[in-house]
Amino acid sequence: MSDNLSKMLPGDRIKITTDTCTVGFWDKAKEHKLTACQCASCGRFRMPPRPFCPDCQSKEINWPELPGTATVYSFAVCHKSPFSGEELLYIPAVLDIDGAPGARLTSNLVGFDPDQVEIGMKVKVDWYSITEDWVLPVFVPA
Amino acid sequence: MTWEHQDKTAIVGVGATPYYPRGTSEPRTIYEMAGDAILGACEDAGINVKQIDGFAYYSGATAGYTDKMDTADFMELLGIPEVTFTASLTSGGGGSAGAAGLATAAIVSGQATYVVTVMALQQSKSRLGTVFGQIAPDPINSFLQPSGLVGPGHLMSVLARRHMHLYGTSRDAFAEIVMATRENAVNRPTAVRRNPLTKEEYFNAPMIADPLCRLDFCLETDGAVAFITTSSERAKDLKQKPVYIHGCAHGGTRDWGRAFAWMGMPDEAFASAGNKPIANRLWNDTGLSPKDIDVALLYDHFSPMVLMQLEDYGFCERGEGDAFVKSGAIRYGTGSIPVNTHGGQLSEAYIIGMTHVREGVEQLRGTAVNQVDDAEFALVTGGPASLPVSGLILRGDK
Ligand SMILES: [Zn+2]
Repeated sequence: MSDNLSKMLPGDRIKITTDTCTVGFWDKAKEHKLTACQCASCGRFRMPPRPFCPDCQSKEINWPELPGTATVYSFAVCHKSPFSGEELLYIPAVLDIDGAPGARLTSNLVGFDPDQVEIGMKVKVDWYSITEDWVLPVFVPA
Repeated sequence: MTWEHQDKTAIVGVGATPYYPRGTSEPRTIYEMAGDAILGACEDAGINVKQIDGFAYYSGATAGYTDKMDTADFMELLGIPEVTFTASLTSGGGGSAGAAGLATAAIVSGQATYVVTVMALQQSKSRLGTVFGQIAPDPINSFLQPSGLVGPGHLMSVLARRHMHLYGTSRDAFAEIVMATRENAVNRPTAVRRNPLTKEEYFNAPMIADPLCRLDFCLETDGAVAFITTSSERAKDLKQKPVYIHGCAHGGTRDWGRAFAWMGMPDEAFASAGNKPIANRLWNDTGLSPKDIDVALLYDHFSPMVLMQLEDYGFCERGEGDAFVKSGAIRYGTGSIPVNTHGGQLSEAYIIGMTHVREGVEQLRGTAVNQVDDAEFALVTGGPASLPVSGLILRGDK
């Protein structure tokens, strides 16, 4: 029953902003490529992107293309739209991003029966349009 | 090594307004409520409000995150002629217990004599739990807010689930925390929720952010609480039995700093209340251990964070919170460590941690409604929230 599967929040209500340091992530998302902020000096990953590598303080950044898969680290199951209060099954999740050790992404699991979601489960990226022509990564069954 | 300011200062007065369900304190204003709490604290201490010369806030001196409280306004409001210290711990409710340490810093450094800490809350304009979607998030929160983790409770639900996954922690333990806390509120005239709660009612409550249901979330209330700190020397000449600031710490680790943002911390911090470094400092500074504590007043904005604080402070081992709580250990009257004997924020009122300080003082004066026999040491914690987190050990005169 598709009615029991997790949905996205309404994309026309989701807003983001960017700055010099974060826009690289969102530019790649428009190309439907999942990336994460990598220090160009020491190779360590960090998310969200910030101007300095917390390990070596370098400001140089790479945006490598990643496999687009992730592992569920934890999640919540919510039943009401935070915008309208209407019934809406959605699953915010904290994900370990494959290919970017140490980097996590807080995203949504879409198209899941909530009873089937488990910590440690593999999921894969999908792309979802939001306001101002930005594209948001969400995650679907692998 | 013993903290050099141990017992050098004391809380000598506490004042509070009644506690109101959210939005029902009007037509009272937030300044009127805060002023009443401060005047009440002065009367309790036996000092004149004009003797106040210091303010030690937390939560950036905001009143419930939406209103601003300013020292100049309080001075005008109450006729306080001059202040020699006015400062705040940063961020939010994490600093509620730590504000007593800020007051201590003012007093032992000779910068002030009577320092007031006050919090007032009136949630008619916007609710703390649901400040969402009105404005676009900043570039960093653009990595969090689109997921629909709309408030602190949603963030804490993700932490709680990880704890459940790692240690087999159950909702039965959260239910026990909520029921034990409610039982403590039944006989309290100040409490907003006083009906005893059954396990069946708990499990019938709607889920908000599974694994958390509505009853795992604290109350939404209006009101104000203030307390006055002074030197232990001066305290001896005042009206009440002094309640000494025996240890106090605020701060926290970078790992925990991620808990209200991008969730990047390792398991040890993720499935915790972020209070472990505070606990380590308090036990080290005081030479006490959990078994010395007579009553624990743990910031209970969300029930799982009570369980994780019990672990952080070492009342039980990491991962054993579930069994510890379910054994009845936190029950007033029968448990080994009575927790939130005032009904906490889950059942009495939510004034961003201040009701816990008030209860700590009453317990150590021997005037609490649910008095713990011969209570000598009380642990009071600030919110497992954005840094700083904080903890306070109060000592009563035996
Ligand atoms: Zn680096």
